[in-house]
Amino acid sequence: MAIEGNVWRYGDNIDTDVIIPARYLNTFDPKELASHCMVDIDETFAKEVQAGDIMVGGRNFGCGSSREHAPIAIKASGIPVIVAASFARIFYRNGINVGLPLLEIGDDVEKIHAGDRLRIDLSTGRIEDLTTGDTFQAPPLPGFIQDIARAGGLVNYVKEKKEK
Amino acid sequence: MGMTMTQKIMAAHAGKDSVKPGDLIYCKLDLVMANDITAPPSIKEFEKIGCPVFDRTKIALVPDHFTPNKDIKSAGLAKIVRDFAKKHDIQNYFEVGRAGIEHVILPEKGLVAPGMMIIGADSHTCTYGAVGAFCTGVGSTDLGVAMATGEAWFKVPEAIKVVLTGSKPEDVTGKDVILTLIGMIGVSGALYQSLEFTGPGVASLSMADRLTIANMAIEAGAKNGIFPVDERTRAYEEGRVDHPYTVYEADPDAEYARTVEIDLSSLSPVVAFPHLPENVKVIGTFGDIKIDQVVLGSCTNGRLEDLAIAARIFEGHTVHPDVRCIVIPGSRQVYRDAMKAGYIETFIEAGCAVSTPTCGPCLGGYMGILTAGERCVSTTNRNFRGRMGHVDSEVYLAGPQTAAASAILGKIAAPKEVR
Repeated sequence: MAIEGNVWRYGDNIDTDVIIPARYLNTFDPKELASHCMVDIDETFAKEVQAGDIMVGGRNFGCGSSREHAPIAIKASGIPVIVAASFARIFYRNGINVGLPLLEIGDDVEKIHAGDRLRIDLSTGRIEDLTTGDTFQAPPLPGFIQDIARAGGLVNYVKEKKEK
Repeated sequence: MGMTMTQKIMAAHAGKDSVKPGDLIYCKLDLVMANDITAPPSIKEFEKIGCPVFDRTKIALVPDHFTPNKDIKSAGLAKIVRDFAKKHDIQNYFEVGRAGIEHVILPEKGLVAPGMMIIGADSHTCTYGAVGAFCTGVGSTDLGVAMATGEAWFKVPEAIKVVLTGSKPEDVTGKDVILTLIGMIGVSGALYQSLEFTGPGVASLSMADRLTIANMAIEAGAKNGIFPVDERTRAYEEGRVDHPYTVYEADPDAEYARTVEIDLSSLSPVVAFPHLPENVKVIGTFGDIKIDQVVLGSCTNGRLEDLAIAARIFEGHTVHPDVRCIVIPGSRQVYRDAMKAGYIETFIEAGCAVSTPTCGPCLGGYMGILTAGERCVSTTNRNFRGRMGHVDSEVYLAGPQTAAASAILGKIAAPKEVR
């Protein structure tokens, strides 16, 4: 499955408090969370993000709180995939569990800039920067994590297993 | 190849003789925990699966983040948790006024014991590594599924061996130990790894110190932080844990990704500057930094020992006229014991606001929100941009001794500066 979209570029250590500040955690409605996504470091994001745009971050993306509200807010903003140098581990689990693919490409992420247009093949992990012509390869998801992703998240995966 | 302490607990709960780093395994869980923010989405996911809870005695639900309810929406979240607890007859539901902050009360009430496998929908679930349990934070979906199945998947981590030697000077706390470590290895220094604390220095650390240290393992990116079980652990669990537990030890030939050594006797009080817990500086190496607020409490430093340290410094002093100091005992028991010991009176005499247990200000929820340009010295665990309120406010992380001294002097200060 290929995805094509424009890049929203953020730096290292983007924590879940900036992705969705705690003052908005008195709800878990995805649309409402999305309306506040990234607001403390980028007021334009929630207003201007287009469905299909791609978020790109640096090292340790999603560090801090375990709030699943963070990947939910990003996903509900219309972002279909996040690319980063590395992800904090709870965020990584949460992304998989809510069906938001996360691609880890290390320092190659430095070559991707705000506004670049990317084409990403989620089945192979191949990332093409259509603006610069660069291509990058993310490692494929391991074993049963691919099955969770294919099922559209952990709950669907568990339900499928239960029904078998 | 030998296994680390973490790997041994994982192998035992996966029904395997051994595991190695990178293995993907399913583990049986001994306890799963969620709070008023993370439980409602967990419950939603749980209900999609459509089965009963796996064990009503192995689920802990703790409304502590936005409780006592800070607004109407928060009241709605708390009600979802309360209703769920009633419907499923959850044994360990802790109502407002009868308990406190999740990571203070679970150890206090003996719900966590050595060798247990625990997940919580809160990143500071790693706190219970202090008693030699494996515990880690997860999101709401993992937790919802765990409430149904009693299992979770894990990638077996490699470990950093943190060797502690010596014993800490009198003006140094567990908070200074963990902040110093995070300053050394960085906020992603232990990403996907365990922090396994060991060495002759461990014996000198109180359980409160160990709980504070393990609590902030996540701030180095770690999956978990864990301490060996010693006489002090056993004494702490005596009378709290009413069931037998298994003590795991790392194999002598366990392999570690690397070793970090800290000589506790060389440490000084430190502060983590905005906006990352790794921006650690020794007090005295920077100029005057005036402050507006002090927060003393949280899952990191809301225990009786923390309040005792602060009360000793406040004795005979008052909060600086330009500072608001908010003290939050971490549990009902801590509150009551602090009252009996006279600490609460000392705080009130000094001009502190003393609150009922809540996570409130730590995450910028309520009870001490900062406006633009304000600075807070806080015994909490995160100083991310906007964490305690306005995006242009600043949080400086420190131990309870530094928090008390700073409240008195109106600037970031070490306890020895209070005369």
